[in-house]
Amino acid sequence: MATAFAVLAKDVRSELRARQAVSGSVVFGLLVVVIFNFAFDLEGEAGEAAGAGALWVAIVLAAMIGFNFIFAQEREQGGMEGLLLSSPDPSAIFFGKLAGALLFTVALEIVLFPAFALFAGVSLLSPGLPVLTLLGTIGFVTVGTLFSAMAVTSRSRELFLPLLLLPVAAPVLIAAAEGTRALIQDQPLGDLLPAISILGAFDVVFLALSPPLFQFVMEEMAS
Amino acid sequence: MSEALGYRDLAAPRAASTESPLVAEATGVWDVSTRGLWKTFGPLAALRSVTLRVAPGERLAIIGPNGSGKSTLLRVLATLLRPSSGTALVGGLDVRRDAAQVRRYIGVVSHHTFLYRDLTSRENLEFYARLYRLADPSERALCQLGLVGLEKQRDTLARDLSRGMQQRLALARAFLHDPPVLLLDEPDTGLDQRWCAFLTELLDRAAHEGRTIVVTTHNLERSLDLSERVVVLNAGKVAFSARRGDLDVESLRENYARSTGVSF
Repeated sequence: MATAFAVLAKDVRSELRARQAVSGSVVFGLLVVVIFNFAFDLEGEAGEAAGAGALWVAIVLAAMIGFNFIFAQEREQGGMEGLLLSSPDPSAIFFGKLAGALLFTVALEIVLFPAFALFAGVSLLSPGLPVLTLLGTIGFVTVGTLFSAMAVTSRSRELFLPLLLLPVAAPVLIAAAEGTRALIQDQPLGDLLPAISILGAFDVVFLALSPPLFQFVMEEMAS
Repeated sequence: MSEALGYRDLAAPRAASTESPLVAEATGVWDVSTRGLWKTFGPLAALRSVTLRVAPGERLAIIGPNGSGKSTLLRVLATLLRPSSGTALVGGLDVRRDAAQVRRYIGVVSHHTFLYRDLTSRENLEFYARLYRLADPSERALCQLGLVGLEKQRDTLARDLSRGMQQRLALARAFLHDPPVLLLDEPDTGLDQRWCAFLTELLDRAAHEGRTIVVTTHNLERSLDLSERVVVLNAGKVAFSARRGDLDVESLRENYARSTGVSF
């Protein structure tokens, strides 16, 4: 726990000074939302469905930029090797990096959701939204943190991360977009249950699998 | 300086080799050894059957031309590269099988400084102190900054430090957890003459306290200052080995030229 908190505090402190991960991903996310708004008619039933999908695509794409920044500091000056040499608990390092990525992604969403509601002219003031968003965010950020660690020593890391993350995170994207569409269309909260069940199951599976896989990834760097 | 180093539990160096981590921990005897060590990268063999032993409390300098395998050997000992075959032991611990345990007992200076550019000197050391789970990380960090003469730069971001200051900070990080074994890959990089002399003094004291030290350098004269024994690596093989007492700079130059084909 202390190790995870140390890694989180280090990432937050670095970000507060560098201001790259959040600002870069927020600007990119806003651009995607604006472009989608002009490219598609987001009004009407079909538009609302497309809009919900566009919102989550914007979040995931923008978050990937944040992941790259968060892990870039582990690439410079051999940070990952420094972590490997210094910490007896790679799982704690994973949870520290995950907590930082979650924090930055939630900051991104705090900007993107109101921007989307404004451009699309929809209301997102539903009690189901925080639950849906949190579950969806935990899902793709968990996978994103793992794959970012895998990509960090790769020469083609900018290509490697989306190629790995997008297919694996597709169930999260689809379920989150479907749930958000239901919220936009004012459907009863019970209609969110399938989406929430898928997101919850995804989160449980990847939260359980990712720490040992992260440990394996770190050890494999020493090969 | 001594207060900061103070590896308090180290016993005087002993001749016996250690068989298990428990023995090494109990006796403070930390030797480093390799036997028939190979490391290949595809068709390229970086290390070719390297066999050597560094006795507890001994300082070994490894010299050799570029590409001779010095850094590869240190990275294998530091568990950052896996041997292709053969064995490498640190205090009786196998670097492949017991990598996590080995890491607790080694202090490493690498070509990378392992520093975070957006953290200050103090924050960098505090962060690593927390990862090592040391008591009072702030106090420990300040103590180490004093060791390497960076007290005034404690609130300077690592990215704003000169290369030499970054190297001193990297040295402070390597000593942070009082490791009994030091693996230092060109620790004099970026250091001016004054701090090179300090490095010599630091390693003298560390060896006096019983730490086992393996250091690489390109500088033949400095290899004699930093060590009690010098090994020349060439094309991944041990080409020459001698004790410092049996060498002077001229004889080392001659043997280096004979072993590597490179003369100065």
